[in-house]
Amino acid sequence: MSAAVSFFNPTGQTRVLPGFGLSLGYTLVYLSLVVLIPLSAVFIQTTSLTWAEFWAIVSAPRVVATYKLSFGAALAAAAINVVFGLMLAWSLVRYSFPGKKLVDALIDLPFALPTAVAGISLSALWASNGWLGGLLVPFGIKVAFTPLGVLVALIFIGVPFVVRTVQPVLEDLETELEEAAASLGAHRRQTFTRVLLPVLTPALLTGFALAFARGVGEYGSVIFIAGNIPMVSEITPLIIIITKLEQYDESGATAVAVVMLLFSFLMLLTINLLQAWSAKRTGRNR
Amino acid sequence: MAITATLHGGSPIAHGAHRYENNAATREQPWVRRLILTLALAFFVLFLLMPLVVVFHQALAKGWGAALAAVTDPDALAAVRLTLLAAGIAVPLNLVFGVAAAWSIARFEFRGKQILSTLIDLPFSVSPVIAGLIYVLMFGAQGWFGHWFIEHDIKIVFAVPGIVLATMFVTFPFVARELIPLMQAQGRDDEEAATVLGASGLQTFWRVTLPNIKWGLLYGTILCNARAMGEFGAVSVVSGHIRGQTNTMPLHVEILYNEYNFAAAFAVASLLAMLALVTLALKSWVEWQANRPVAQQEII
Repeated sequence: MSAAVSFFNPTGQTRVLPGFGLSLGYTLVYLSLVVLIPLSAVFIQTTSLTWAEFWAIVSAPRVVATYKLSFGAALAAAAINVVFGLMLAWSLVRYSFPGKKLVDALIDLPFALPTAVAGISLSALWASNGWLGGLLVPFGIKVAFTPLGVLVALIFIGVPFVVRTVQPVLEDLETELEEAAASLGAHRRQTFTRVLLPVLTPALLTGFALAFARGVGEYGSVIFIAGNIPMVSEITPLIIIITKLEQYDESGATAVAVVMLLFSFLMLLTINLLQAWSAKRTGRNR
Repeated sequence: MAITATLHGGSPIAHGAHRYENNAATREQPWVRRLILTLALAFFVLFLLMPLVVVFHQALAKGWGAALAAVTDPDALAAVRLTLLAAGIAVPLNLVFGVAAAWSIARFEFRGKQILSTLIDLPFSVSPVIAGLIYVLMFGAQGWFGHWFIEHDIKIVFAVPGIVLATMFVTFPFVARELIPLMQAQGRDDEEAATVLGASGLQTFWRVTLPNIKWGLLYGTILCNARAMGEFGAVSVVSGHIRGQTNTMPLHVEILYNEYNFAAAFAVASLLAMLALVTLALKSWVEWQANRPVAQQEII
């Protein structure tokens, strides 16, 4: 007996397991109610604006300044996290040192610690009377309440993305690769740059993209340390709240939201492609 | 999109580093090793450990008494209750959704599966501020359904239902994201065997599927709960910021902090930091439990 080929059953195989209609139906309804319909509200709301109005809102100097800061700081933070995240993942996989289990568990702290807590704690730490901020005062460097503060918060938020994408790839690497390189006379540095780095590159780029995407949209951990000075240290998510929503200018808020959403979709696509490439390169399924 | 930790993605360090350290082809010169370890651990201490320590240090800046007074303040207790309420609604709903989504995606073939899978991840890539904004657009005074709710005297936005909805949105993918790859990797042979042997759908689910996915389910639920209780941006947009009424714990921290009541803000924050530490401990324990039998099988 074989079921008919239909839209939802392209292979026409008989389904042995029950509950397909129920589980898929529930999934689609719940997804639509909680995610899809509310998200579409953003796009539908912007249709009340003409193109000229839309463009005037999203290209206003104060808004453009927030793009520069949000994207610039997120890029820089993701780049810093790639370097130090690789070193952390490398240390966790390849070296034994005291407290390793604790370090490994705490890597996920930015996932578990509420962003508001991270925000107030980072600003206390990097303020000019704080433990770390105080050390920089003699050099005339201010971190809290400047764009540097945004960078610090985004570094904190991005750490686990890079470590947790690179770490499993490093763990799965066969030592034979390096043994072959060494027996063929390669120095350790040559082995790293010519053998290991090419294998790790897709994972590093995926981690970079994940950290970057999260950094651009990040709100809670940033606003406390940023100082939020217009044109200087204001981030894009904040401008949606402050200048738009609190003034009941919902069309203005949604126009900026559309720009951020389009960027998010672009990053989602990029990350999916990177992960497919990474899976192909390393032979991992995920 | 592997935007959160996954149970089978980042495995605990099971084998130890000795196999690399005792192999001339895979170890670095001592000074290189020392340099990498020093830089990595310095980065860890500066950017992860110190922010955590500061929370507890600042919470006790005015002594235990002040910290205790801050967390037992009626407004703080109301915030705790609202946080528990929001998580208590959002987490079970997303758990049921996660199981349903994983059952349909991992157990059946159908057109558009890849798109559905990507759409489930969508909330992870949306800024929390936008997650709040969308509910204001739908249920706010000028929103799509705003008039209807005002006529019927129901408040969604700037009230508790909005907070619950925003929490549901930001924690939407956690359980599904954990279960889908896990159930895909396990395959459907076990369930098909049970069904062919005459088990009903519910029997198959309770006796075959659930025991197989329990660690993944627990793992996803723990992460979902941590985010639900700690969400700030999305909730901040939809909350009325009314003390004792529409303040969750993270919002209460913000209000205290903006009033320059730092010790109290950090005292409430330290509760959330402890929640984070419990989350990380549970997560490590689940990873250990889930990986233990597999490790034993590999030895045999």
